[in-house]
Amino acid sequence: MSSDTLIMLRRNVKHTRRNPVTLFNAIFMPIIMMLMFVYVFGGAFDVGGGDYVDYATPGMLMLAITYGLSATAVSVSSDMTKGIINRFKVMDVSRGAVLTGHVVSTVVRTAFSVTAIIGIALLFGFRPNGSVVDWLAAIGVLLLVIIAVSWLTVAFGLGARSVEAAGFLAVPLIMLPFFSSAIVPADKMGPGIREFAQYQPFTSIIESVRGFLTGAPNLGQTLAAIAWSLAIAVFGYVWARSQFGKRA
Amino acid sequence: MTSSAITASGLRKSYGDKVVLDGIDLDVPAGSIFALLGPNGAGKTTAVNVLTTLLAMDGGTARVAGHDVVTETRKVRSAIGVTGQFAAVDELLTGRENLRLMADLYHLKDHGVIEDLLRRFDLLEAADMRAVAYSGGMRRKLDLAMTLVGRPRIIFLDEPTTGLDPRSRRTMWTIVRELVADGMTIFLTTQYLEEADQLADRIAVLDQGRLVAEGTPDQLKRHIPGGHVQLRFASAAELGAAARVLTGSTPDEEGLVLRVPSDGGNKSLRSLLDRLDEYAIDVEEFTVHLPDLDDVFLALTGHSSTQEVAAP
Repeated sequence: MSSDTLIMLRRNVKHTRRNPVTLFNAIFMPIIMMLMFVYVFGGAFDVGGGDYVDYATPGMLMLAITYGLSATAVSVSSDMTKGIINRFKVMDVSRGAVLTGHVVSTVVRTAFSVTAIIGIALLFGFRPNGSVVDWLAAIGVLLLVIIAVSWLTVAFGLGARSVEAAGFLAVPLIMLPFFSSAIVPADKMGPGIREFAQYQPFTSIIESVRGFLTGAPNLGQTLAAIAWSLAIAVFGYVWARSQFGKRA
Repeated sequence: MTSSAITASGLRKSYGDKVVLDGIDLDVPAGSIFALLGPNGAGKTTAVNVLTTLLAMDGGTARVAGHDVVTETRKVRSAIGVTGQFAAVDELLTGRENLRLMADLYHLKDHGVIEDLLRRFDLLEAADMRAVAYSGGMRRKLDLAMTLVGRPRIIFLDEPTTGLDPRSRRTMWTIVRELVADGMTIFLTTQYLEEADQLADRIAVLDQGRLVAEGTPDQLKRHIPGGHVQLRFASAAELGAAARVLTGSTPDEEGLVLRVPSDGGNKSLRSLLDRLDEYAIDVEEFTVHLPDLDDVFLALTGHSSTQEVAAP
């Protein structure tokens, strides 16, 4: 990481610590969702045997990842619309540092919320069967996903006309896990939604992580998850860089 | 070494089919203040963005600090400082942290410059407050201080006083004069003729992407017929008498007011007063009207500045 990126990362970490809305959306909201679904509604869901917390935890990890994204989009957009990015651009700060700083701080923040979710899951009786290698693989997939959606979100933030619009652009990403196998299995959903849920990227990601955590790795879904993540990451990165260069 | 800090020839920039800069030529001598004067939408900010490497130009060439803005962007960037139209400060950081951020990005080992700038801009007391709590004037000062951390040779100020109260505007003017005294070159954009007049060594007037006039403030004002003296009289008889002896004047019988074209200079004013004295005409009230931006525009372009179409 370049020293410029480190400076930007430090700045973003300060922002996160000083912005209660970011902390709430990124850290507490996923925890609240987790408690809602597992503790309040969980008993009513039929996920085909087993504890609901065992089924839901991988999906909740996905929610923890996406919930923080609106904060990233808003923060990038606010840098853009308030002229800060222009200030950095005329200063000969290394071109990628501003954006990489946002991506890295999103990854760090999301790592916190993912860890919190795993901790709470364990408190609520989550008993994963995965080996250490399975855990490392699950963490690897999650990390790849976080980096991918972070770049996509940074691109959203750069493209948005206003800070409000940026927050709104992240909403589809936040909604997508609900239309995946995060909360209930896709085959229990209505026609139309079911097919969408079966083939959308987040289902592959969740199924891959679920496979690793339950000690039954799912190679097909893992390959799909990696392919989706790489595609999203490359698309987000290229889009973000091109907007960063173009817009003044 | 060249004695020009900024040169440009034939700068062109369009957004779609809207032409924003339509062939601009500039030559700003090092160590001077240059003002680009024009109404909203004239293309001032676009000109700054092109010269500061933020926007690619569609045509023409420009050199800043002796370097080509297209092929030597990094060298240009290391020589300039830019303070944009909206104070680009980090609101979640304190004033001191904002300056610290700049010092880190410039890889400055010595952070003494931070305290110096805080003191110089009268921001020491507010240094540990987050910038979100700063007033408009304080934000602009912090913004400019951040620009100065890197000790640029050429500073671009895009409408540095728009939206400031008169006192903060005066403070800003003083700061700008001090910067030039330190040897910096200032490229300033403004919508206020008064500001350009107060600060600039040379003024260029931008209208719909073209320069319609360029010169020293005095040269420019000489072309402008908007300046006049307004005399108010106690009676219609005196108004009539004055109108007869002052050539070129326009009387307003209802308001008992006479408008006499004037450049506002002491010589012309004295001769005007002498002439009234000579004919023993009493004046109730005497006001000097200096031309404003609208007069400049009317004189130079035949349309008023407020008729402009809104643009970026």
